[in-house]
Amino acid sequence: MKISQAAQILEGTILCCEEFKDREVISACGSDMMSDVLAYAKDQAVLITGLCNPQVIRTAVMMDMLCIIFVRGKMPTEEMIELAKEREIVLISTPRRMFSACGKLYQAGLVPGGY
Amino acid sequence: MAECVHLEYRVDGNNFVSAGTATESVKSFLKNMGVDPKDVRRVAIAMYEGEINMVIHANGGYAYADIYVDKCIITLVDTGKGIADIELAMQPGYSTASDEVRALGFGAGMGLPNMKKYADECIIESEVGKGTKVTLVTNFS
Repeated sequence: MKISQAAQILEGTILCCEEFKDREVISACGSDMMSDVLAYAKDQAVLITGLCNPQVIRTAVMMDMLCIIFVRGKMPTEEMIELAKEREIVLISTPRRMFSACGKLYQAGLVPGGY
Repeated sequence: MAECVHLEYRVDGNNFVSAGTATESVKSFLKNMGVDPKDVRRVAIAMYEGEINMVIHANGGYAYADIYVDKCIITLVDTGKGIADIELAMQPGYSTASDEVRALGFGAGMGLPNMKKYADECIIESEVGKGTKVTLVTNFS
């Protein structure tokens, strides 16, 4: 699906890099622990997380991810948005909680890409 | 094989926001060199975990990258408190990180196991009270 579709499904707001919202994404991973993302993620393009600090952006960079979805209404700081813009990572904030956000996207066709 | 490039970075121990900048720089360098993206990511993950460790456990230090045609050697050196039991620290899930660090999304005890998992060689030398040196060798495929 396109990143914009994911935002729509989650009633989320795109916070930056809207110009890349048509990029296609196939798989996602959801975690609040960045070390677990680094340990288990493979080629997932989307990171769904309730953690909100600059290292979330860095982790996504290391994993070559295209989009980060912040659940539970978490809003990244200006500093984080700047980091994401420089690296062309789309940031989305959704009021949905982790389980519900993951479930909705899974139902719409995003795959885990791992076990 | 002749050495291509030597890169050096100071890792600021008091700045959680900037943690990862050295790794990002090495990552872009390798990417621009045309190294296989899978190998670039392996280097990046292992080095990033090491860089984060230096910030959260050792008050910063120095990161060096020696990039050859066929491999990359990352060396992370700090003068922090050192690791008393390296074998124990290598166990997935073992962590001495504070609750503050855990709240930041790290400290799950996956740092050293991740380095070992992604690098082809991971050598940890440490002396309590003096510091730690981590060497990560990644061979390019």
